[in-house]
Amino acid sequence: MDLRYTPEELAFRDEVRAFLAENLPDDIRRRLVDGEHGNKEDLVAWSRILNARGWAVPHWPVKYGGTGWDPMRQYIFLEETQKWPAPQPLAFGVNMVGPVIYTFGSEAQKARYLPRIANLDDWWCQGFSEPGAGSDLASLRTRAVRDGDHYIVNGQKTWTTLAQYADWIFCLVRTDTDAKKQEGISFLLIDMKTPGIEVRPIVTIDGGREVNEVFLTDVRVPVENLVGQENKGWDYAKFLLGNERTNIARVGMSKQRIARIRELAALEMSGGRPLIEDERFREKLAAVEIELKALELTQLRVVAADARRGNTGRPDPASSILKIKGSEIQQATTHLLMQVMGPHALPYHDHELEGTNEPPIEPDYAASAAPSYFNYRKVSIYGGSNEIQKNIIAKAVLGF
Amino acid sequence: MDFDLTEEQSILKDSLDRLLSEHYGFEERRRIMASPEGFSAAMWSRYAEMGLMALPFAEGDGGLGGTPVETMIVMEAFGRALALEPYLPTVVLGGALIRFGGSDAQRAELVPAVAEGALRLAFAQGERNSRFDLHHVETLAAKDGAGWRISGKKFVVIGGDSADRLFVTARTAGSVREEGGIGVFLVDAKAQGVSVRGYRTQDGQRAAEVTFDNVAVGADAAFGDPEGGLALARRAVDAGIAALCAEAVGAMGAMHALTVDYLKVRKQFGVPIGGFQVLQHKAVDMFVAIEQARSMALYATSVADSDDEAERAPAIHAAKAEIGRGGRLCGENAIQLHGGVGMTMEYAVGHYFKRVTMIDATFGDADHHLRALAARGGLFQAA
Repeated sequence: MDLRYTPEELAFRDEVRAFLAENLPDDIRRRLVDGEHGNKEDLVAWSRILNARGWAVPHWPVKYGGTGWDPMRQYIFLEETQKWPAPQPLAFGVNMVGPVIYTFGSEAQKARYLPRIANLDDWWCQGFSEPGAGSDLASLRTRAVRDGDHYIVNGQKTWTTLAQYADWIFCLVRTDTDAKKQEGISFLLIDMKTPGIEVRPIVTIDGGREVNEVFLTDVRVPVENLVGQENKGWDYAKFLLGNERTNIARVGMSKQRIARIRELAALEMSGGRPLIEDERFREKLAAVEIELKALELTQLRVVAADARRGNTGRPDPASSILKIKGSEIQQATTHLLMQVMGPHALPYHDHELEGTNEPPIEPDYAASAAPSYFNYRKVSIYGGSNEIQKNIIAKAVLGF
Repeated sequence: MDFDLTEEQSILKDSLDRLLSEHYGFEERRRIMASPEGFSAAMWSRYAEMGLMALPFAEGDGGLGGTPVETMIVMEAFGRALALEPYLPTVVLGGALIRFGGSDAQRAELVPAVAEGALRLAFAQGERNSRFDLHHVETLAAKDGAGWRISGKKFVVIGGDSADRLFVTARTAGSVREEGGIGVFLVDAKAQGVSVRGYRTQDGQRAAEVTFDNVAVGADAAFGDPEGGLALARRAVDAGIAALCAEAVGAMGAMHALTVDYLKVRKQFGVPIGGFQVLQHKAVDMFVAIEQARSMALYATSVADSDDEAERAPAIHAAKAEIGRGGRLCGENAIQLHGGVGMTMEYAVGHYFKRVTMIDATFGDADHHLRALAARGGLFQAA
């Protein structure tokens, strides 16, 4: 047993760092440090830089553009890019539909979609949740009815992240209403330009516009856009959700936010001295760091196990541990960052004033503190709420 | 001991709740928030007609002689409605400065105007580096003949952009963090050298940055001792904290009611999700937190008007710390139990969550008050 990286792994880490230092434009990094996420231009630009280096889809099989890195190297790459910070790949393409397509899709689908995902030529969004199907995803009601060489799709998806930018949506649709609810679902790829698709933004409590409702009315989808077999979509969805073991905990992002907390706590004054010199504040921060270190090692144990036996791609209760602790730590850090600002967390910094003569409200680095805290309540809700994750552990590990 | 409201107090509560339920629905509030002023002048007039502006002032000064209990009733109702009018800065904070610091002449001039709703006030005390310390005052008041000239910048002045007059803390003597040498002055918002930059806060209320550039004020601008104003500022902010505690309890109760309703109607897996025990227990945790918060809001109310700092301060610290902790528990669980819908601007629960979160960041968060209470030796002394 040795909890240190090997010399080869350390050399790889340095290589990644050198690449980031040389290739990530500083304005993109700056916007991420300031808490600005979901900037389309930045992500497209960075994805193309990565793709040119061959690093856009490290975990994919080499023949589809992957790097051939072992899980430990994939993890190191992810952690370094999160800590830097660099934009995180668009998960809906790179981590979700991409692996579904190369695992279950036709050769034609692989050739058509995979290179465009790696280069972010196509922006993908996810059509899973519906107004009546959240935690109980299998109760989804969006219908797809076969009509010659097309499906006619009718229904509504919701919480569709960044659908406003999307070229394509991968959808779970019901193709058999008589079967048991998990058994009548299919996995369809739908061009967002198809007539009958309407995207309506949902404004979240932080004022953000990252999620949407997507309405589908008599949308004609070519049968060739079905992934795998009809009525097997639930299996592919489970594969997709269980596939994501490494990105779910966001250890690197939390490390970056802790660095930011230290930086800003040195600027904010409390009791006549910098807040970072305050014992009580430092204890609170240290407590979160301990949890994060434990999570990092738990994560690495999962990565090491994958490296040993290969990623089975099957749902794994370890994912649930990483999701629960990862979300709790992300929420703890966003709360701490807001607390650093004290009363300066109150002003709402209106982005519409940017570019006008209005000076920013001081301190301008407080702008995203409260909105991030509000926004990050989502991380214990999405991707299977933490209550659902606990159900999974209770059943799969504890045997209840 | 008596925890019951008097008949008059019950009438006040019922009539205010009725007024707000008729005129402060979700859509109405949204419209008010989007208006340039960010609050409703019509509601402001209605409050004045009901006598809310006159409530805390002595009858001899033109007020109704209400106690902090009446203020608590009003603020709890405002919390349930998420009301946006600047009642806290005008009547609670400004009112306390007038009541506790005003001379006969100052009270005679100001109380009737506040009582009829004709005058709005704000308390400019926070600074860039003061965090939650009232005695951290860099703004200067330099003696100028019989009066003073005030220079400095105040931050997060609640209601600052709608105030006709601004109370401001300024240093007449001593160094930046000294407790002595602080004065409380009343300055006309339109006076030469005052600039106000208003903005919306995260919870839809209004606040401002206020800059004082060599602003001339007369001898009559000082409230109380111009070198010993800190005690007055503390009394006013403590009254404000007691009021905020009541407002938070109103908001927490409202979000709990929304949450319980949602758990009973939202179905997943073919059943209302309220049938799942783990969700029931979270709703119960919220309920317990609200009852604890309510008790502490009462505790704060019981000392809000006390001039005995040794009695008042520990209770205020304890209440604000408990409200901060319980408010967070309540707000975070309310969002979690609603799931995605709780995250949307279209639904009320998120707005309550934001208000309660910002109440914690106002006049000292839970950590600040916990530390202050601990530094004083806690609540329960050895017999």
